[in-house]
Amino acid sequence: MIWNPNKECMSRDELRGLQGRRLHKVVAYVYHNVPFYRNKMQEMDISPDDINSIDDIVRLPFTTKQDLRDNYPFGLQAAPQSEIVRIHASTGTTGNPTIVGYTRKDIGIWSECMSRCLSAYGVGRDDIFSVAYGYGLFTGGLGAHYGVENLGGTVIPTSTGNTEKHVRLIKDLGVTGIACTPSYALHLAETMEKMGIRVSDLKLRVGAFGAEPWTENMRREIESRLGLKAYNLYGLSEIMGPSVSYECEHQDGSHINEDHFYPEIIDPVTCERLPDGTPGELVFTTLTKEGMPVLRYRTRDLTRLLPGECGCGRTFVRMDRITGRSDDMLIIRGINVFPSQVESVLLSIPECAPRFKLIVDRERNLDTLTVQVEVRPEYFAKGFDTLSPFTDLEKLVASRLKSVLSIAANVQIKTPGTIARSEGKTRFVEDRRVLK
Amino acid sequence: MKQVSVFIENKAGTVVGVLETLKKAGMQLYAISIADTAEYGICRMICDDPEGACEALRGAGFVSSITRVFAVRMDDQPGSAAGIVAMFASAGVDIAYLYSAIISGEPFLVFRTNDSDRAVEIVSSNGLTLAEV
Ligand SMILES: [Zn+2]
Repeated sequence: MIWNPNKECMSRDELRGLQGRRLHKVVAYVYHNVPFYRNKMQEMDISPDDINSIDDIVRLPFTTKQDLRDNYPFGLQAAPQSEIVRIHASTGTTGNPTIVGYTRKDIGIWSECMSRCLSAYGVGRDDIFSVAYGYGLFTGGLGAHYGVENLGGTVIPTSTGNTEKHVRLIKDLGVTGIACTPSYALHLAETMEKMGIRVSDLKLRVGAFGAEPWTENMRREIESRLGLKAYNLYGLSEIMGPSVSYECEHQDGSHINEDHFYPEIIDPVTCERLPDGTPGELVFTTLTKEGMPVLRYRTRDLTRLLPGECGCGRTFVRMDRITGRSDDMLIIRGINVFPSQVESVLLSIPECAPRFKLIVDRERNLDTLTVQVEVRPEYFAKGFDTLSPFTDLEKLVASRLKSVLSIAANVQIKTPGTIARSEGKTRFVEDRRVLK
Repeated sequence: MKQVSVFIENKAGTVVGVLETLKKAGMQLYAISIADTAEYGICRMICDDPEGACEALRGAGFVSSITRVFAVRMDDQPGSAAGIVAMFASAGVDIAYLYSAIISGEPFLVFRTNDSDRAVEIVSSNGLTLAEV
């Protein structure tokens, strides 16, 4: 079902007009309320009057995560404190956390956008929906929660934590939908199987997964082990939270809520805007945000905008899967390596579980890459009494990695359950190199 | 005779984990042998209930399986093992690995060959005794 056809299906011309008007308004708003943007625009010798259509967006300055940190806590907030009704924060491994304040109108738009996502997944008033994203400073829990309520569904604010209790609730309450990270979904499936609960005992039919990168193979695995249809849900707290983009029933990319979040793809090195279809770094401008609007925020997520229309009738542009992070990119012996490349290799080998860890180190001034991967016990049940099936697998993984990454990796086979699982974001990489 | 094999990583506590699991499952162990490389190893075991042991190990998260091996009774005197191995070697049958076991108080030589059919012939033509477990 399409939640808001007036917006989600509006003609591209009309949409561009709306985006242009909203862009002009938000630029004038931050110019007058956020010294950071006013100073930047004055340095670049542009004023809000220069921004008259959506195409003028390329004249505007970029915003980075570092800008958000440098202006901690409220430097980029545009609305007066009395208008802010909620604050979320994302913590990084280094530096200040990123603080994002929302006005009542922001929360309303967030709920609206989230309802569009859930509707596209087929969630309705009769669904019992468990939100198993973390509640709290992270936007996942409350973001999805408000969307389900706004839609009229029944929300269970499970959050993360006690997985066995969660499985029992899903079974006993007849939960039909779930929102969580894809790795937590797999953790849930594992717990369920350990508890002896079968897919046929559950009423689960739809899942909204996001907040970390995942692949088509992971989707298939989650779908078969939890007995549901798995949809992608994309978002980031700096822009809003989950609901920035969503898959429809065609699952050919995720529609971006373009009337509120304007997307661009840029070359991460030159910052040049790239045409639709070309992969690069995703950049968003919030067109309607009041609490903390951002202009051309560099997400560091690598993807592309898909040209062409979607069969579902929505006119909102679609973004492809996130293929990596421009800042997750590892430079190993001068070669660019994305953890997602490793993941896709491992997922193509049935003996490997979709659970791995990359360790980058430096020995005698030479970078080394170690890939630890868990094996799936069921693929070794037919009988072994020597190490050869394991060393053969190690060689196979190493040779496939070599052909994809163009550098040699040291492969370590791990027994099931020995690579740490996270209930939040997955940590794939450990960079032990000490530079300078 | 059925042998239980477990894939293990070479790190502290792994073998203890295997043995603790078998202890909890009430398994009686007749023999254990570990072959390893720098990073991994295969732990081979003979016990009173191979299927039960394998199931318990899988339940505890280990990758394990059952394969067939020969267990030939040795005479309790010097040179017995050498004599048995020589019978196979002279018949051109290669032994992949071997270790010894004490089953019901008697010594056995446990091994796998590259040719089970020939091995069976050698056992019967030389009047060797196989373990009955
Ligand atoms: Zn669509």
